[in-house]
Amino acid sequence: MAAAPITAPPLKPYPVIPILEVGAMAGTKSFPANAQIQEALGFPGELVEDWHDKAIDKLGELLGKYRSLKVYLDACVHCGACTDKCHYFLGTGDPKNMPVARQDLLRKVYRRHFTWSGKWFPKLVGAEDLTKEVLDDWYSYFHQCSECRRCSVFCPYGIDTAEITMAAREVMDTIGLGTKYTNEIIGKVHKVGNNLGLPPAALQDTLSSIEEDLKEETGQDIRLPVNEKGAEVLLVTPSADFFAEPHVYSLMGYAKVFHAAGISWTLSTHASEAANFGMFIGNYGQMQKIATRVRESILDLGARRLVVGECGHAWRAAYSFWNTLIGPFDFLDPNYPVPQHICELTYDLIQRGAIAFDKSANDKYVVTFHDSCNVARASRMGNLPGGQFEIPRAIIRAVANKFVEMYPDSIREKTFCCGGGGGILTDDLMDVRVKGALPRMEALQAVVDSDGVNFMAMICAICKAQFTKVVPYYKFNMSMVGGVHQLVGNAIRLGPK
Amino acid sequence: MTTATVFFALLLYAATLLGVAGLVWRIRDYARTPAPLKIPTTPAPTTTGGVVLRMLREVTLFESLFKANLWIWLFGWMFHVSLALVLARHLRYFTEPVWFWVAWIQPFGLYAGLAMVAGLAGLWARRFLVERIRYISTPSDHLMLALLLGIGASGLSMKFLDHTDIIDLKAFALGLIYFDWQPLPAHPLLYLHLLLVALLIGIFPYSKLLHAPGLFFSPGRNQADNPREKRHLADWAAKLEKAKV
Ligand code: SF4
Ligand code: SF4
Repeated sequence: MAAAPITAPPLKPYPVIPILEVGAMAGTKSFPANAQIQEALGFPGELVEDWHDKAIDKLGELLGKYRSLKVYLDACVHCGACTDKCHYFLGTGDPKNMPVARQDLLRKVYRRHFTWSGKWFPKLVGAEDLTKEVLDDWYSYFHQCSECRRCSVFCPYGIDTAEITMAAREVMDTIGLGTKYTNEIIGKVHKVGNNLGLPPAALQDTLSSIEEDLKEETGQDIRLPVNEKGAEVLLVTPSADFFAEPHVYSLMGYAKVFHAAGISWTLSTHASEAANFGMFIGNYGQMQKIATRVRESILDLGARRLVVGECGHAWRAAYSFWNTLIGPFDFLDPNYPVPQHICELTYDLIQRGAIAFDKSANDKYVVTFHDSCNVARASRMGNLPGGQFEIPRAIIRAVANKFVEMYPDSIREKTFCCGGGGGILTDDLMDVRVKGALPRMEALQAVVDSDGVNFMAMICAICKAQFTKVVPYYKFNMSMVGGVHQLVGNAIRLGPK
Repeated sequence: MTTATVFFALLLYAATLLGVAGLVWRIRDYARTPAPLKIPTTPAPTTTGGVVLRMLREVTLFESLFKANLWIWLFGWMFHVSLALVLARHLRYFTEPVWFWVAWIQPFGLYAGLAMVAGLAGLWARRFLVERIRYISTPSDHLMLALLLGIGASGLSMKFLDHTDIIDLKAFALGLIYFDWQPLPAHPLLYLHLLLVALLIGIFPYSKLLHAPGLFFSPGRNQADNPREKRHLADWAAKLEKAKV
């Protein structure tokens, strides 16, 4: 397969809705998973012979299991309110990247097979058979959706394209069409415990060398304990934190917070991954299987609190789904929310005066904050709705002197996806990723120009990985990208040396 | 009893039956289908009371649409509010004596009729003028607007251009309710009006008009944001869990 040329659209001073370019991204496809990857998850190794009937059967099954799917497929009135809300549409101009058009790829087959009007008057209601061409479109465009839910904020019925995308991917997996990127990673978690396939010994080595770095930097013995029974807190964090940059600086930040506050904590090799890619493919069983490692670890280690590191979709899985998938957590300390976000923990310590900062340590930075979609639109922090916006910002303000917001339609619940979420963070989709980052890059450019912003803080491993790769295409320096706990780590006072 | 009377009486009964039965079947289906995971679009209210308020704002103010696009909101809201008023105005044909508030809104209902048609025209214009919306429009999207416009136009013409005998019409309407059929005034515009209305009622549960009940069943809007506080488990997921241990 010839690699698609990767091009970044020019940045404009204000968002412009593109002119439609029909079919622009039809040929951009995520690499399909091979038989080995597929079969490891219990999916067929290749496209099955009776794929059409199998797909329709599966769709029928999902319609009976998920109210969201059924209601969302019925309720859309084609009002068009969502058409200009998707970053992939804004970046590519391909009309099938408009949320409603993406849904319609599945909806037309649903109408044809499951509604009376679609059976008798297909042309009238836009119903279509599931042909090979339609399946091709599914594969292309349901892998150009990051399941970011921005469209659902604006839809008058709350129709969430992410739910449709998940269902479509689930259908495709059951007929043998999965993506290499996501399904291979899920296999690694089942086998080794983390997305990177990092075995326990290697993980321990990495952690010791980070401890040495911390010693060198601070002169103190700041630990990164692993598999320590009886620690108070079990921290589950995305495995990228262990050795990707800038992720690792946030890991150091968490360690410093625990150290300064005197909280005993541990990581686990068995659950060395907060990410849960089972969510991306809409597969309840896979999601549960991945999450189960967390339950097993906390029972095994006997920790009393469960804390989650900086990751967007992982926080959604943890906050919104863990209680359902692997709960109840009645055996944990009832004085703390379960699970607790690392930002909630740090914020709580700040409120109680348990940790202090030298804000000037971050004076070289003018900071802005990128809300990650799954935190913003699919979860919460603290007790009040919107705490997921206030708490990270409060932390940044507590540790840095200069903080600037990007324009209102690009932050909080209206935030733009980084362009790499939902199983898109793969090199074979680089063109989609670069183009999908456009709205965020425009918002960033504006504050770079007006306020000299030179640091975009975030709390998501995927956002960090995506932006470090993508910002150079827009002529930004990748050192602008970093975690909230990276800033915390810079400024935290660690007591006498 | 004229043929037209019998025809329209039967047609309206049939349409109502088809519409109501279909709607009941659809709503039961929605209600019975589980929502296995907590997926409210956040920030979301954390209590049931908060959810009720959120839904109220969606239903009466079209809050999300307002955030999305002012033009669609303007036309859409204008159409729906006017339609509600127009429907309320029509209650005078079905109540005897006419309820006082129905009598009171009569003049407003009239303006609402005009606003409704204007709203529909705006919505339809977008389907031609805005490239993105032209792209997603299906023939049924156009026909639905044509149908509603037809209903509005035929109704307004009877008010402003060519009156029908509303005393007799009311007798017909009440007759339908009490199964004591009375003759329907012979009037082509009225025939057209009733024909289109019957069509609308009949196709309600088999078309995108399902957005009305759909909104109330949308997990993105009707769930409270409390997954940590309260364990949420669908039946089939609970069975899965039982099977495992
Ligand atoms: S969920 Fe996000 S990526 Fe998917 S269609 Fe909606 S806005 Fe686009
Ligand atoms: S905003 Fe909702 S109802 Fe309107 S076109 Fe998009 S998905 Fe359909």
